[in-house]
Amino acid sequence: MTTTKPTLLLVGYGMVGHRFLEALADTGAAERYRVVVLAEEPRPAYDRVGLTSYFSGRSADDLLLAEEGFTDRHGFEVHLSSPAVSLDPAARTVTTAAGHTLSYDTLVLATGSYPFVPPVDGRDAEGCFVYRTIEDLQAIESYAAGARVGAVVGGGLLGLEAAGALKGLGLETHVVEFAPRLMPVQVDDAGGAALRRTIESMGVVVHTGIGTKAITVAEGRAVGMSFTDDSELATDLVVFSAGVRPRDQLAREAGLTVGERGGIAIDEHCRTSDPHVFAIGECALAVDGRVYGLVAPGYEMAVSVAQQLAEQAAQPFTGADLSTKLKLLGVDVASFGDAFGSTPGSLDVVYSDSRSGVYKKLVVTGEGALLGGILVGDASAYATLRPLAGSGRPLPVPAESLVLPAGADTAVSLGSSALPDEAVVCSCNNVTKGTIRAAVTDHQCTTVPEVKKCTRAGTNCGSCVKLLGTIVADELEAGGVEVDRGLCPCFAHTRAELYEIVLVKRIPTHRQLLAEHGRAPEGSEGCEVCKPTVASIIASLAPELEASGHILDGEQSALQDTNDHFLANLQKNGSYSVVPRIPGGEITPDKLIVIGEVAKEFGLYTKITGGQRIDLFGASVDQLPMIWSRLVAAGFESGHAYGKSLRTVKSCVGSTWCRYGVQDSVAMAIQLELRYRGLRSPHKLKSAVSGCARECAEARGKDFGVIATTNGWNLYVGGNGGATPRHADLLAQDLDDEQLVRLIDRFLMFYIRTADRLERTSTWLERIEGGLDHVREVVVEDSLGIADELETLMARHIGDYQDEWAATLADPDRMRRFVSFVNAPGVPDPSIRFVPERDQVKPDLVLLATEEQLLAALDPDNAPFPAARILEEAR
Amino acid sequence: MTITASATRVELLSPAGWSPVCDWDLLVPGRGVAVLLPDGRQAAVFRDGNDRLYAVDNRDPFTGAYVLSRGLIGSTPDGRVYVASPLLKQRFDLLTGECLDDEDVRIAVHTARAA
Ligand SMILES: Cc1cc2nc3c(=O)[nH]c(=O)nc-3n(C[C@H](O)[C@H](O)[C@H](O)COP(=O)(O)OP(=O)(O)OC[C@H]3O[C@@H](n4cnc5c(N)ncnc54)[C@H](O)[C@@H]3O)c2cc1C
Ligand code: SF4
Ligand code: FES
Repeated sequence: MTTTKPTLLLVGYGMVGHRFLEALADTGAAERYRVVVLAEEPRPAYDRVGLTSYFSGRSADDLLLAEEGFTDRHGFEVHLSSPAVSLDPAARTVTTAAGHTLSYDTLVLATGSYPFVPPVDGRDAEGCFVYRTIEDLQAIESYAAGARVGAVVGGGLLGLEAAGALKGLGLETHVVEFAPRLMPVQVDDAGGAALRRTIESMGVVVHTGIGTKAITVAEGRAVGMSFTDDSELATDLVVFSAGVRPRDQLAREAGLTVGERGGIAIDEHCRTSDPHVFAIGECALAVDGRVYGLVAPGYEMAVSVAQQLAEQAAQPFTGADLSTKLKLLGVDVASFGDAFGSTPGSLDVVYSDSRSGVYKKLVVTGEGALLGGILVGDASAYATLRPLAGSGRPLPVPAESLVLPAGADTAVSLGSSALPDEAVVCSCNNVTKGTIRAAVTDHQCTTVPEVKKCTRAGTNCGSCVKLLGTIVADELEAGGVEVDRGLCPCFAHTRAELYEIVLVKRIPTHRQLLAEHGRAPEGSEGCEVCKPTVASIIASLAPELEASGHILDGEQSALQDTNDHFLANLQKNGSYSVVPRIPGGEITPDKLIVIGEVAKEFGLYTKITGGQRIDLFGASVDQLPMIWSRLVAAGFESGHAYGKSLRTVKSCVGSTWCRYGVQDSVAMAIQLELRYRGLRSPHKLKSAVSGCARECAEARGKDFGVIATTNGWNLYVGGNGGATPRHADLLAQDLDDEQLVRLIDRFLMFYIRTADRLERTSTWLERIEGGLDHVREVVVEDSLGIADELETLMARHIGDYQDEWAATLADPDRMRRFVSFVNAPGVPDPSIRFVPERDQVKPDLVLLATEEQLLAALDPDNAPFPAARILEEAR
Repeated sequence: MTITASATRVELLSPAGWSPVCDWDLLVPGRGVAVLLPDGRQAAVFRDGNDRLYAVDNRDPFTGAYVLSRGLIGSTPDGRVYVASPLLKQRFDLLTGECLDDEDVRIAVHTARAA
C-alpha cells in the first residue's frame, strides 16, 4: 500500500488497545496515521472485566467492545489471530507469527498480561485452566460438564470471580489462598474474615494460609491437589488464578528496558526506552514503579498517548488510584485510598457485624480527613467516600456516623454536595465532579444519559451512576432548570406516577384524573399525549377499576388514537390495514384461504409481516366491519396490531419438526400469545420462542424472548430490533413451563407499572435505577414483595380478555362509528382510491395532492355538485 | 337513520345553505365526525369536552389525506382547543384553523350550529 501518512502500529487489541483506537478517533489523530493493528486473539477487543458474564448468558459477540463497523469507519486495518513475535527497533519493523514483516513509524504495545501459573508439578495436566480469555471460559465450561469438584488456586479478586463461576456451573467449589485471608491486596484481616464467612455460607469451601504443592495426575488428567501442610483435596478441575504477569517478551527481546519483576518501563508520557515505541495498559511499568492490573489506569495511558499523537496537550500518567468496588458472589467489596492505614499517624474507625457479614473501616488522619477505607458486605457509601479520600479536607460529619448501618440512630450518609469539585466521581474514566457539573452548566446536558455521553463518566463498571444522577439533579436544581418530567402540558406526573395514582385512588376516567391531578386550567380538554396514555393505563387496570375493558366504551372511546378507535391501523391515504391474530405464526390452510378470499373480495393489498402474520391494507372505515365479520366467522380474532399492546409471539418449528429442537417452541409461543393478547402496555410488546440455542426465532431481539434448553427455558428480556437494536438480557434460566409463565407475568406487569409513555422494555431496562439487576431482584427474587400483586393483576387481565372485534360486531352502538361520513352512511370515501402496482394495489396519492384534484376526479362529467346527488340518495 | 322530533340537530353552512350533519347526541365529547358537503368537499365536525361545536376542513394539508375528523382533540395551557392530525400529529386550532406547529399552514374553518 502506498501512503504518505506515517504508519502507526498497535500490537495487542485488548481493552486498552481498543480504548486507544477510540481515543485516536476522538482526538483526530486517526486522520494523521495509517493505523495497523496486530491482534493475537481471534476476535476484536472484548469486555474482559465483564468476562464472567459469559457464564450468565452474554455471548462472545455481546462482549465485544466496538460497535459494528467501528474499525472500518475509521480505516483501521485490523489483523486478527496475527500475534507479533519479534520487534526490531533499529529497523522499526515487527514480524508476525505468519512471517510477515511490517514497518512502523510509531509503535504502541498494548499486550496486556498473562495469568501466572505457579511452577507446581502436574500444572499442564488435562483439567487445569487459567481464566483470562473467552477461549479459557469455553474450555472450562465444556470440561465442567463432566466434572463434580472444582478448585481455584488464588483467593484474590479474580480467584473469587472464578470460584463464583465454578459454583454457577454446578461444581462443588474450593478456593485455596496462600495468604492468611481472602483478597489480601484489597482488604485487611477483619475484612477478609467477613468476606470469608459470607462466601462460605454460600457453599464455597475456603482454604487459607496453605500453598499448592502439586497437582495429582492420573492418565493425564488432574484428579487432585496436594498442599504445603500435607493435606490433599480430590478435584476434577483446577483454575489457576494466582496473579498476572506483564507480557513484555517482545520488548525484552528487542532490548527495550523492562522492570526487574517484569513490565515494559515507560516514562510519564508512556514512552519506552525507544522514542518510537509506547507501551500502555497492563504490560507497562509506570514511573511510580507499579504495573497496574486494572483497566482504568490503562485507559488513562491510552488517552494520553492518543493526545500526544494528535499533538494536543496530554495528561502525563504518573500513577493511579487502585480503588475497587465489586460484587463477588453477590457480596459487595470495596477498598479505596489508603485502605491499610499506612500513612503515619492515621487512625481506624471500624464497624463490624459478623452475623450479617458487614465490615466497614475508614482510615482518617488525626484531624479527621479521610484517607481510605474498606467496605465488605455493604459498599453503598463507596461512591461518595472514595472521592473524598485523600482530599485533605476534614469530613463534614464524624467518621463513626458514616460506618454505622443505615437505620442506626446516628447513621449518616453523605450527599453529593459533600464532594469538592476536584473529587473523582468516575474512577474508570477519571471524571471529576467538576467535569460533571460543567456538562450540565456549560454543555446543557439535562439527563444522566446525556451527561454519560458528554463526559464518558459511568460508561464502564457503572458503580458511579447513582452518584452521577444525584450530582446532575442537584446541579439542575441549583441552576434553576426546571426539569419537566411531566407526561405532557396537562400532567406534571410521569406515566408511572399516573399509573400508581389511578391504581391507588381507583380513578376510572381521564376527566377525573385531569381534574384532580392535572396541572392544566379547569375545563381543559387534555391532549393527544395524555388521552391515549391514560386510556392505556385505565385499560390495563380495567378489572381493578371496575371499568369496562372494551376500549370503545364510554369515555374510553373518546381517548383512543384513531387506530384504537377503529381497531385498525391508519395508513397514509386515510385507509386502514387489518391484521388478524395468528398465534405463534401457526395457521391452517383453511384459514389461509379465508384470508386470501377476504383480501380478494375487498381488493386489499396483502403482505407478510415480520411477526409471522398477514397484513391486509387498503380498507376504508366502512369496510372494516364487513371484513371482520368474515374473519371472526372463520375463527380469527383481533391481532391488536393497532394497539400499544402485545403484537406477536414468533416461533420456530421447534422439536416437533426440527432435528435440533429440544422443546416445543410452537406450543409455548401459542400459549404465551394467547395469554398476553390484548394486554395494554406503555408501548408495543414483541416476543418470540426458539426451540434451541440456534435461535432461529430471533428471541433475543424481542421485549421478552424465550430460548429452549435441554432443561427447560431461558428467559431473556429487554431486546429490541429497529433503529436501536439491543440484545435481550438473560433474566433467568432453565425454567419449567410454569416458572417461565410466572416470571413473564411479573415482568410484564412490572414494566407496565413503571415504564414511561412510549418506552420500550429495552430503554426502560437501561433507564430504571439498578437496571437489569434491580428488575431481576423484583421479578425473580420478589425484593419489593409485590410479586403476588403483579401476578393477580395479570390473572385479572387474562380473565377479563375478550376479542375486541367480536365484541364490537355484536354491539350496534360500537358499530355506529364505522361510516366514512356521518351524514351519508354507506357512502364510501371518494378520497380513498388505488392504482395498480405489481399485481396488487397501492394508494392513489396524486388524488390527494390538492383538493381540486379530488373534486375533479369525483365527477367525470364535471357536474357542479356531484356530492349533492349522492347525499340526496343517501337520505 | 330515524330522527326523533326532540333531538337537537347539528347543521353545517356551505354555499348550498345549511345542511344536516347528524344528531347532537351522536357526537362523542372529545371526538369528531366527517361530513360530506354537497360540493364534494369534506368537513370535520367536533364536539369538545365542554360541549362546544367546531367545524374545519377534513383534509390534512400535510399529507393530503382526508382524516382530520379522526384526530384527537386537545387544549393548550392557554385554552386553545385543537385537533391533532392522526397521521403526523400536527395540531390545528379549531377556532381559527391555524396550525400550531407551522405558522405558514392554516386550514379552512366552517360554520356549524346545533339547532
Ligand atoms: C476475569 C477478569 C475480571 C477482571 N475484572 C476487573 C475489574 O473488575 N476491574 C478492573 O479494573 N480490571 C479487571 N480485570 C483486569 C482487566 O481486564 C485488565 O486490566 C485489562 O483487560 C487490561 O487491558 P490490556 O489491554 O492492557 O490487556 P488485555 O485486555 O489483556 O489485552 C491484551 C491483548 O494483547 C494481545 N497480545 C498479547 N501479546 C501480543 C502479541 N505479541 N501480538 C499481538 N497481540 C498480543 C492479547 O492476546 C490480548 O488480546 C479483570 C480481568 C479478568 C481476566
Ligand atoms: S431454533 Fe433450534 S429448534 Fe428452532 S428451528 Fe432453529 S435449530 Fe430448529
Ligand atoms: S466508576 Fe466505573 S464507570 Fe464510573
